[in-house]
Amino acid sequence: MITLGHYLIVSGLLFTIGFAGVLLRRNIIIIFMSLELMLNAANLSLVAFSRFRLDAAGVPNYHAQVFVFFIITVAAAEVAVGLAIIVALYRARQTTHVEDVSTLKY
Amino acid sequence: MPSFLFWIFAAVMLGFGAAVVLNRNPIASALSLVISFLGLSALFMSLDAFFIGIIQILVYTGAVMVLFLFIIMLLDLRTETRRKMNVVAVVGGAMVALAFFAQICSVVGQLGAAQQSFPPLASPKMDDVHSVGLLLFSNYNVPFQIIGVLVLVATVGVVVLSKRELR
Repeated sequence: MITLGHYLIVSGLLFTIGFAGVLLRRNIIIIFMSLELMLNAANLSLVAFSRFRLDAAGVPNYHAQVFVFFIITVAAAEVAVGLAIIVALYRARQTTHVEDVSTLKY
Repeated sequence: MPSFLFWIFAAVMLGFGAAVVLNRNPIASALSLVISFLGLSALFMSLDAFFIGIIQILVYTGAVMVLFLFIIMLLDLRTETRRKMNVVAVVGGAMVALAFFAQICSVVGQLGAAQQSFPPLASPKMDDVHSVGLLLFSNYNVPFQIIGVLVLVATVGVVVLSKRELR
């Protein structure tokens, strides 16, 4: 029997994979993909709670799904701007490696 | 939905999610991310959120991943050369991620509702596109228009950022 806890653990595991990717990888594009994984892990737990908490009429709580819709829209806008920044960075420095961009370090 | 489908799609999503992080070739990472999002949208559909599942495929595997692949092509990224990794940083990062996952597990373990299975729907036929759209244009009309402005700002920002000369 699949319970709410299964979905929450799977979502937490996906978030942890994305988190580890952000911490461990040095390629800025891979870091960006890991950010997307983390956003989508949050979406999965929101949808699981929406299905779990039925309202009085016995239908899922659609407020959570509207929230997920907003998250997906903001994430798409964020990807477009972030990739444009990566292209601008590549033009300026010819690198996508975060250790080569250390002006703010120390 | 039969429980073995949940396990299959969760395994596909997590396995290819891990492949995103572990692959050294950015193109392989991007394609793994596509498969991972397909598994995720199947999980959305197993939760009766058909609209969100379709939107996930259209927006992520359709638009966002094409953008990623296009940028990888534009920058002509090769497989990364192996650089010397700082062992302390790698072990520390892995420890932080594992500690985070342990905390999630303990919180879910204490949550009483997490042991309950999903209650059945009132009717198997439901119109979730209709319901989400109705909420979007009634309760959440102002946030919806603000999102429109945000997307416009993002579009203008991308055009400004990708001009040749940044001043």
